[in-house]
Amino acid sequence: MEIWISQLFNGLSVSSILLLIALGLAVTFGLMRVINMAHGEFIMIGAYGAYMTQQIFKSALPKSLFDAYFPVALLASFVLAFAIGYLLEVTLIRFLYGRPLDSLLATWGVGLMLQQLARTIFGAPNVAVSSPTWLDGGWALMPGVVLPYKRLFIIALVAFCLFAMYLYIYRSNAGRRMRAVMQNRDMAACLGISTRRVDAFTFAIGSGIAGIAGCALTLIGPIGPSIGTYYIVDAFMVVVLGGVGKLVGTVAGALGIGVFNTLFEWWTDASLGKVLVFLCIVAFLQWKPMGMFAVRSRSLDG
Amino acid sequence: MQWMSRLPRRAWLLIGYAAAAAALFSAPLYLNDFRLNLLAKCLAFAIVALGLDLLWGYTGILSLGHGVFFGLGAYAMAMHLKLAAGGSRIPDFMGWMGLTKLPWFWEPFKSFAFAAAMGLILPSALALLLGFFTFRNRIRGVYFTILTQALVIITVTLFVGQQAYTGGTNGLTGYTKLFGYSLTSGTAKTMAYLATAAALLAAFAVCRHLVNSRFGKVLRAIRDGENRTRFLGYDPAYYQMAVFAVSAGLAGLAGMLFVLHVGIISPTMMAIVPSIELVLLVAIGGRGTLIGAVIGAILLTQAKSQLSASYPDFWLFLLGALFIVVTVFMPGGIVGLIRQARQAILRRRSENEITLDSIVSKSNGVV
Amino acid sequence: MRKVGWLKGFAMVLAASLVLAGCGGDKNNEAGGASATGSPSASASGAAASGDKIKVGILHSLSGTMSISEVTVKNSELMAIKEINAKGGVLGKQIEAVVEDGASDWPTFAEKARKLLSEDKVATVFGGWTSASRKAMLPVFEELNGLLWYPVQYEGMESSPNIFYTGATTNQQIVPSIDFLLEQGKKKVFLLGSDYVFPRTANKIIKAQLAANGGETVAEEYTPLGHTDYTTIIAKIKEANPDVVYNTLNGDSNVAFFKQLKDAGITSADLMTVSVSIAEEEVKGIGAEYLTGHLVAWDYFQTTDTPENKVFVESFKKEYGEDSVTSDPMEAGYVAVYLWAAAVEKAGSFEVDKVKEAAKGIEFNAPEGKVTIDGDNQHIYKTVRIGEIKEDGQIVELWNSGGPVKPDPYLTTYEWAKGLSE
Repeated sequence: MEIWISQLFNGLSVSSILLLIALGLAVTFGLMRVINMAHGEFIMIGAYGAYMTQQIFKSALPKSLFDAYFPVALLASFVLAFAIGYLLEVTLIRFLYGRPLDSLLATWGVGLMLQQLARTIFGAPNVAVSSPTWLDGGWALMPGVVLPYKRLFIIALVAFCLFAMYLYIYRSNAGRRMRAVMQNRDMAACLGISTRRVDAFTFAIGSGIAGIAGCALTLIGPIGPSIGTYYIVDAFMVVVLGGVGKLVGTVAGALGIGVFNTLFEWWTDASLGKVLVFLCIVAFLQWKPMGMFAVRSRSLDG
Repeated sequence: MQWMSRLPRRAWLLIGYAAAAAALFSAPLYLNDFRLNLLAKCLAFAIVALGLDLLWGYTGILSLGHGVFFGLGAYAMAMHLKLAAGGSRIPDFMGWMGLTKLPWFWEPFKSFAFAAAMGLILPSALALLLGFFTFRNRIRGVYFTILTQALVIITVTLFVGQQAYTGGTNGLTGYTKLFGYSLTSGTAKTMAYLATAAALLAAFAVCRHLVNSRFGKVLRAIRDGENRTRFLGYDPAYYQMAVFAVSAGLAGLAGMLFVLHVGIISPTMMAIVPSIELVLLVAIGGRGTLIGAVIGAILLTQAKSQLSASYPDFWLFLLGALFIVVTVFMPGGIVGLIRQARQAILRRRSENEITLDSIVSKSNGVV
Repeated sequence: MRKVGWLKGFAMVLAASLVLAGCGGDKNNEAGGASATGSPSASASGAAASGDKIKVGILHSLSGTMSISEVTVKNSELMAIKEINAKGGVLGKQIEAVVEDGASDWPTFAEKARKLLSEDKVATVFGGWTSASRKAMLPVFEELNGLLWYPVQYEGMESSPNIFYTGATTNQQIVPSIDFLLEQGKKKVFLLGSDYVFPRTANKIIKAQLAANGGETVAEEYTPLGHTDYTTIIAKIKEANPDVVYNTLNGDSNVAFFKQLKDAGITSADLMTVSVSIAEEEVKGIGAEYLTGHLVAWDYFQTTDTPENKVFVESFKKEYGEDSVTSDPMEAGYVAVYLWAAAVEKAGSFEVDKVKEAAKGIEFNAPEGKVTIDGDNQHIYKTVRIGEIKEDGQIVELWNSGGPVKPDPYLTTYEWAKGLSE
């Protein structure tokens, strides 16, 4: 019984992490159709953002304030990744709209450069980020089942990001403009929307969310120049499985992969579990090529 | 420039082919051991690039999983070489993993013919299988590309995990002889190089024949409008499956030759990074032109070797920048640049002297 | 129609000229080599030993996933070269390092090894980290009769005549650490490793050793390289309830494992782990607070108390910053350079065969204590140490083997290991 509850929680936790790394991609890939292979590197930027914030807190501020670094780091990572994403859109991505496969190759190049940049600045070895003490420990639900606070925090953070994105995309004027541009660019432009600005802003938001993900992942994972490569394929799988262009699809995709991954890993081993999950994804996409939640469209080549 | 236009097309082609072939086949005469080995590796990559170009440049399907097909071919050859090296004993890594007897599926690889055949058949069959499910369900574009990545992850994880049968992350290495001849002798190396060059020329000829045939026209029609082609009465799925299988087979062939020159195959060679780098060979040379794929493969492999030797800490910046510049600013690759330059020359000439010739060539460009 | 013709013709000629360009570069190199040599008797090593310089190759992954570990080994090797040069070099020649990037890609290691040997004509190469990279380079070194110094602990079962192994083999790290655990009464062992050759081979040895000595393997788990979620594994560990977790995870996975282990409320007091891939450098990257109290097995720690080590640590910090740490593989790389230099001095020549012959039995007072090259298998005698990770990121020795242990890559002297190495 305890095992089932803790494995269920583990599955949920893995799903929340997958969702966190895929949310940004759901924007840049799902809405803008840019295959951003540098998405993993934005996660890395977020992680280094957390590292830098921590270094500043360590050297410049009194020790008692140290625990406050994490919320600041979340914000700093978002801003940093947002800024770099904005810059990237303005200088490069805007030439690549409508050429998804080209965007894949170009952003792959961007990813390589960002990795090497991180290596030049911070050195090739991993750096350490200590997590704030208020996230240490866990909530003892029942004997034998401890839910770590960090995991709970990540789940809450994902819920918050999801809610914020929902409000932004579906309930704000800026989000309405964004959807208008993504659905019918020419018509939106005719109605006086500055599509250039909307594009740049949307891409930057997607990157910023990746930055938040990177910052949160420092709680449980490594921080190094090539960590982005661990997450990128999983993130794409989540978005594709869920259905491109639908936020609810991304959530469903993350839940599906996370829960099944945990189950398979429990029953078999980690390698085989991974293989089984990917096989399931491939099989599922044969059945529903557009993912769980497809955007219905009558256009033939949409 | 006048003399250029006087020579007929065929003569130009012949001169080009002859020069390239002469340079390729005489390379062992003037290249040292390392350079010849590097060139042989380039040529092996050029064969994969040809196959990828058929798939991507001509049919519009981007596969990020060609590392797997390349690897399957390479493993088939490596299994034969490993068995040939060990004589009657089982490969060393199997002993450490507790196997006492050769697994049944290794048995037939004692025969070179079987191994060589498998190097072509296995990749093609896997491609057919994947293609059968995906193309018939009209999965295409980005979705197909991401599915091929899933294929890569599955295959690599399996190969790494089944260490007793595949050698795990160390891969297969330590070959000594082929057909009873030592692989390390100069003659054997020259022969292996010449075989690779010949294979490249043959692959080039086959691909050229394919793209110039009716089959090739249908492929391009699918690239430019899959549904339009469907409405014209062709079933794109069969064409896509066929070209995917051919492309995978070429990758397998390249893998077999690669192993001969490099002496190791391991799962990292099948992973996502090498698979993407294979695509970049085509992008840089110029997709949609066969010669572009070959040029791209030779150029990029050489450049990688040179850059990483000269700037070991810095070369990834250059490589990354190269990818960006090529995809954004020269989508036609190197061949595209040449084409643009040619058109600029033609245009200038036609402004100076209006001949029937230039009108024809101009209207060709428009239509 | 004509246009396509001359386009393709041009492209072909371009392709042909590329090939020629490759050869041109080569010609230049050879010309350069010849003129620098300036002597008619240019033997294999003669080209490298031209003038007052001698070239050696350094071949590690400076980019890609393995750069995490390998860059620092490169640094310590370069430092050793610098030190030797400051003392006048070897045989009166200054050592010139040719640094190449293996890019965490094994065929690239083979390619670069070939380049170093046949184009740069280096006298020897220091390099490699993963077993796969060594296995990729091995045929090249055997074919061209080069010399490779490999500085990392590995799974044994190998001894190439062209490689010197300055890292620990299994009986200098893993086997003694299991003996240590059994002595401590830790009999139920959970084996956790990354899914690649070293952990699988190491665990096979451990299982045989445990079975023969009254221990018990409660479970064996492998995770793919780069795996970052260990919640399920930790649940399995809890379920199996072992005395100790023997950890052969690699690189980034360690960070995730130890962070998540602490989150699950498990400290070293509840469950001991012994790691063989975590050294000072890795502790820095994981964060010492996650590792405090856990054990590691190596042949060298930064805290190892020898006069040589004081000098080594001091000069390393001077060279690469006060924050830098030294670790076992870095020390092994550093030692490799000195051992090579000593062998060259003894042989009075840079020629590979003479150096190999001279290297037999060479002793050197390394930072880890005295090391000796074993003439039979070209590994070195090393002192085995088990240490505990402290809060400041340093490792404090708990136990050592009392003296250098003879290398035995095929474990021929252990009764229980019969049948492991055939």
